[in-house]
Amino acid sequence: MTPPLLGDVLAVACADAFRGDGAILASPMAPMPALGAKLARAVFEPQLLLTDGAASLQNVHGELEGRMSSEKVFDMALGGRRHVMMGASQLDRHGNQNISCIGPYDLPTVQLIGVSSAPGNTVHHTTSYFVDHHNTRVFVPRVDMVSGVGPRRGARDIRCIITNLCVFDLSGPHGTIALASLHPGVTVDAVRAATGFEVHVPESVSTSRTPTKRELRWLEHLDPRRVLRSRFEPNARAHPHP
Amino acid sequence: MTDPAPLVPADFDLTVDIDHVLSRLHSGMVLGIGGWGSRRKPMALIHAIAESDITDLTIVSFGGPDVGILCARGKVQQLIFGFVSLDVIPLEPHFREARESGSIPMLLELGEGMLVQGLRAAAWGLPFLPTRAGLGSGLLEHNEDLQTVTCPYTRDTLVAVPALPLDVALVHTNRCDRHGNARVLSPDPFFDHLFCAAAREAYVSTESLDLNDAPLHTHLLDRSVVTGVVHLPGGAGFTECLPDYPRDIATMKAYAETAATDSLDAFLAEHRMGRPA
Repeated sequence: MTPPLLGDVLAVACADAFRGDGAILASPMAPMPALGAKLARAVFEPQLLLTDGAASLQNVHGELEGRMSSEKVFDMALGGRRHVMMGASQLDRHGNQNISCIGPYDLPTVQLIGVSSAPGNTVHHTTSYFVDHHNTRVFVPRVDMVSGVGPRRGARDIRCIITNLCVFDLSGPHGTIALASLHPGVTVDAVRAATGFEVHVPESVSTSRTPTKRELRWLEHLDPRRVLRSRFEPNARAHPHP
Repeated sequence: MTDPAPLVPADFDLTVDIDHVLSRLHSGMVLGIGGWGSRRKPMALIHAIAESDITDLTIVSFGGPDVGILCARGKVQQLIFGFVSLDVIPLEPHFREARESGSIPMLLELGEGMLVQGLRAAAWGLPFLPTRAGLGSGLLEHNEDLQTVTCPYTRDTLVAVPALPLDVALVHTNRCDRHGNARVLSPDPFFDHLFCAAAREAYVSTESLDLNDAPLHTHLLDRSVVTGVVHLPGGAGFTECLPDYPRDIATMKAYAETAATDSLDAFLAEHRMGRPA
């Protein structure tokens, strides 16, 4: 049997993050989360609003549905009718995220993009994160500059954190990070080794799911020749999809 | 009565040149710059400021290469920003260099929505506007000027974003007639209208002075918020100015590389970004 491919697992994990959201604006900030949001809309979340990355709303076929200027995005965000899936340069055990700078604020060792919409997003509406390289530089004991806030600092709803190793949620003690599922072939020890703080591990941890046949057909349509998904599969050639 | 009144008095002409805009700018001013990241930035005007004697500016911007260039040229006394990015190149190299070498004296980092609130407060003559954005974040820890207020009705704690009144706003539009009626044909107007409304004087550079091909619903700026119009085709430089032109990624990459090679001066000499010779 062919082992599950990581790109497929990540795509459905991203899609599942938007499950149950209904007619709100999905704002995936990277290609894989965008693939997941489209898959969710195509298969089980038909009311989801998707943008083209600029100011138009479109369906999964790229047909235009409406307009969504930056000003309207802010209105959707402040009204709570939005679910953003952002990246994170740092994330801590309390679900605080940093995209502002690394090191001392007055003289950073690495200046990043700036807090952007993270402070507003996290207090106003559902927020998830996608981290493509799960390591101890990202998952740190304490973020250097809290950009997106975690539950203890007033986050509205941190839904999940999807990485190349696993899915986290915030169901640990006092709203801390907990292991929700392991991607196929990944061990708890591997996640622990790549995480710079103690991860809450529930008694039983499920394995991240693989796409249904219908989802696979959609993924072939939305990501022809696995161009996007294969970025997460160093051994993709050894395991060509059937 | 058959004498048709003209839509706008014929002698109501706001067109000026870049030198006139420069003559209205002084060191120490608060300057708001429209556009967003690497989209519809008034780069010809930025180029002119970069090569002028003007300095000690407070810059308010959804930042892109405008912020990078002004930082690299030592023009920035205070930066008020939510992010600085070239979009396709996520981190703006000159802004990075400036921050990592400590060469920006003062910083007010805000969430994007907070920056919008600050501009709105200025446009509406309010000292601040409240928001939940920023609560719990490091912004309140690192920006001493950022305070909270207690709602008199609910007792909720909210962030009081200070008004960001601008001395001058600079924006770039696709079309603007001589009277200062501007139309933005690109998909997103961003917050250019707020920058102009928050400013004492607003200068609009434009691809064309002819509104004919621009549908009425693309009208963004009323002449009541526009002080001067500068006809500068290509004035968004290598930033995106759809539908007139896309982002010039090759030139943007060349710009980005000037940080590592310390060659911004040579780049600006070669690329005038729509600024007439």
